[in-house]
Amino acid sequence: MAVDRSALPPLGDLPPFHFPRIDKRSLPSGLRVWTVEHRAVPLLSVLVLVRRGAAADPRGQEGLAAIVGDLLDEGCGALDALALHEALGRIGAQLDTEVGADATLLGLTLLSRFADRGVALLADMVREPRLDVRDFERVRDLRLNRLLQIRDLPPALADRAFTQLVYGGHPYGHLSIGSEAALRALSLASVKAFHAGAYVPANVTVIAAGSGSHDDLAALVERAFGDWTPGAGSAANEGAVLAVPPVPATRLGVLHKPGAAQSELRIGHMSIARNHPDYLRLLVLNMVLGGQFVSRINMNLREDKGYTYGVRTGFDARRGPGPFLLQASVQSEATAEAIRESIGEIAAIRGDRPVTRVELETGRAALTRGYPRNFETAEQVARAAAQMALHDLPDDYYTTFVPSVLAIDEQAVTAAADRHLDPSRLLTIIVGDRDRIGPALTPLALGEPFDLGVPA
Amino acid sequence: MNIPFVHRTLDNGLDVLVHQDRNCPIVAVNVWYHVGSKNEVPGRTGFAHLFEHLMFEGSQHYDHGYFQPLQQAGASLNGSTNADRTNYWEVVPGNALELALWMESDRMGYLLPALTEAKFSNQRDVVLNERRQNYENRPYGLAGMALVSELYPAEHPYHWLTIGAAEDLRAAHMDDVRAFFQTYYHPRNASLALAGDVDVEDALRLADHYFGSLPPGLKPGPVTPPAPPPRSRETRLVLEDRIELPRLYLAWHSPNLFAADDAELDLVADVLAGGKTSRLYRALVYEQRVATEVAASQNSRELSGYFQVVATAAPGRTLAEVEAAISLEMQRVRADGPTPGEIERGVAQAEAHFISRLQTVGGFGGKSDQLNAYNVFLGDAAFFDRDLARYRRADAAGLTRAANQWLAPEQRVALSVVPRGKPELALDGSAPVSVS
Repeated sequence: MAVDRSALPPLGDLPPFHFPRIDKRSLPSGLRVWTVEHRAVPLLSVLVLVRRGAAADPRGQEGLAAIVGDLLDEGCGALDALALHEALGRIGAQLDTEVGADATLLGLTLLSRFADRGVALLADMVREPRLDVRDFERVRDLRLNRLLQIRDLPPALADRAFTQLVYGGHPYGHLSIGSEAALRALSLASVKAFHAGAYVPANVTVIAAGSGSHDDLAALVERAFGDWTPGAGSAANEGAVLAVPPVPATRLGVLHKPGAAQSELRIGHMSIARNHPDYLRLLVLNMVLGGQFVSRINMNLREDKGYTYGVRTGFDARRGPGPFLLQASVQSEATAEAIRESIGEIAAIRGDRPVTRVELETGRAALTRGYPRNFETAEQVARAAAQMALHDLPDDYYTTFVPSVLAIDEQAVTAAADRHLDPSRLLTIIVGDRDRIGPALTPLALGEPFDLGVPA
Repeated sequence: MNIPFVHRTLDNGLDVLVHQDRNCPIVAVNVWYHVGSKNEVPGRTGFAHLFEHLMFEGSQHYDHGYFQPLQQAGASLNGSTNADRTNYWEVVPGNALELALWMESDRMGYLLPALTEAKFSNQRDVVLNERRQNYENRPYGLAGMALVSELYPAEHPYHWLTIGAAEDLRAAHMDDVRAFFQTYYHPRNASLALAGDVDVEDALRLADHYFGSLPPGLKPGPVTPPAPPPRSRETRLVLEDRIELPRLYLAWHSPNLFAADDAELDLVADVLAGGKTSRLYRALVYEQRVATEVAASQNSRELSGYFQVVATAAPGRTLAEVEAAISLEMQRVRADGPTPGEIERGVAQAEAHFISRLQTVGGFGGKSDQLNAYNVFLGDAAFFDRDLARYRRADAAGLTRAANQWLAPEQRVALSVVPRGKPELALDGSAPVSVS
């Protein structure tokens, strides 16, 4: 039978998908142990979520949480750094440490047959890192070197400038890496104090996903973490984190990089926290506006105008307020025009071009029909559980996600856009060659560009 | 351990590989065309990748952009071009398999009628933006170009990177697109892999239905440039860039993909710079602190490989110190070989890596992509376990021999990348190079 090319083939019924059950236990110490059965391949993924991140850095010590994260695998218990990494290497284990604003996440992926050894090493790293002074100084030097290299990295410069301006003195107002002055001011005593206060069972969820029953996986974690004694822990600065930062006075900041081949752009403003009831509506809105290839802003700037390799938007929702943010690298000569078009699209979706039925369906479909592929591997499922733990999401969050999104209509999306997008508050950051962008910015009426100086 | 599959070749020559995995209700569609920047000619570099972009701009029977119907169906999709091959993939919910096959087969058979000058010039702009964003505006972003243009003579297609030269992209023409499509984009030069939650017979039937009627095309001949001449004297180069910390690149010719010593050199790279216990990390970053980071890799491809060591100098330290430390450690590996512990760790890491490759059905590096890689490069999609066996049987003697044969200091290219205006920070005797 010949292929009918007069129309696209119809989609059949969507196959059912069931998010795996997360078994949740708590130990007397306050430690939470969550398990997910995932038997596809003989690998185990174990995540340790510590609910303290860069937002917990004391003022003047920005970068502390990240240094502590770096030091976890620089030796622990009876092992120095080299012995620890030899032990990890012998079992083919892959270790990752991420220090975000709200949390520190350690991840270990390893062959199931080495599960006990791997989880024991992970527990030692979390509970008994050596925090040796020479390792501290070496790790701090590496971070200082990284800060030096960031001076030539337009995406990092743009992120840092946007974060500082949009948050001001808020606990979220710095990147995890901190600043040179703050890093130099750190001491080993502050490292030890941070670890003692943050890395206590009450702040930690251990998530194990892999082959084995819930009982087996929980027992595995308990063998390594079960005798962890509850520490006092430091108080969380939740009040300061949840506070809404004031709107910055500046609307346009330019960081001059002579000879830059492109302009790195950030455009955004403060928006919602993760637990806001409009969160899912804004997810749908974002799919239409700039969250995927076929979104309005990418189709405009890339596929119509050819100004960029790609542009994306997102709501960076956290425990406290996070920004709505557009990110792109654009042709220098088209910088002003790209900003005008971007702000125009943001204004239009809450103004004269609200989300249409077709766009709504495309946006919802991208979130719902493709949902299962987010949970293919043990690590993906474990990370989903970590999001649940970090944001106190309800137990049924992943099982109700699809029907909840499908229940959102155009009016709900437009109303959410009205509430949470405000073109008059948008802050624009440009990292690029001012001489090639220059006067074209004036007609944008964003006010006098704030000079972010040269990279420092 | 393997990726079980069924292989059928359609009447028009298209290879179809089907692997069933019921773990998640998704199906991966993956198409490889055996064409990359190695098939380009001087003056038209970057063209294979520009062509890949045009594959997303619509085909005769659906001329509205490739992404819309697929993203609407819940698909994730992308494509990529390297020196040797171009791949395209969708990961779709099981009910959208036919849609993905319809779309892939339409652009395999009917791309040209939908091609317009406007699409062509738009995507050329997009690619020029990609080049500026990922190469010109990125610290050390032009180092790779400087290296390969020294490692390979001008008539060798590895002389340029896949992104190509900006002036060549600007010189490309619509006629080039037509000729390229007719030469390389047809069933005889392609391989289709389907993996995931699908019945094998259904998948084979659907593949035949959508692709079976496409005209076969002529299989292009192999690319056979003369082997790059052996290097017997170290070459030193310096490139100035907008950076803070000088960085040293050392590169050697090395075995082709899957050739003898390829896996051994992969393991040597691991001994040298895989993790914090590796020789170079320990010496340069941990103990002597002359470098902030160090990496090593065996980059093997169809026509040739190159082995690379890269280290960034710590503030206040020189590339001469970095070079001396690297050379000393590499000399020790060549003289004494790796320890049993290093072999044990390298093999364990390789095994874990191969098992982790079994976790996803689609996307870059997923099981469908691996089946196509083995099929296109070796004509043997069942190679997964023999690929792993290359690592399992590696021993200290083999690594030592490979390191001695391929990684002698006099055979290397040493590229110093230094801050603009400071060529004196390069290794002594470095000749300036200019790339853009």
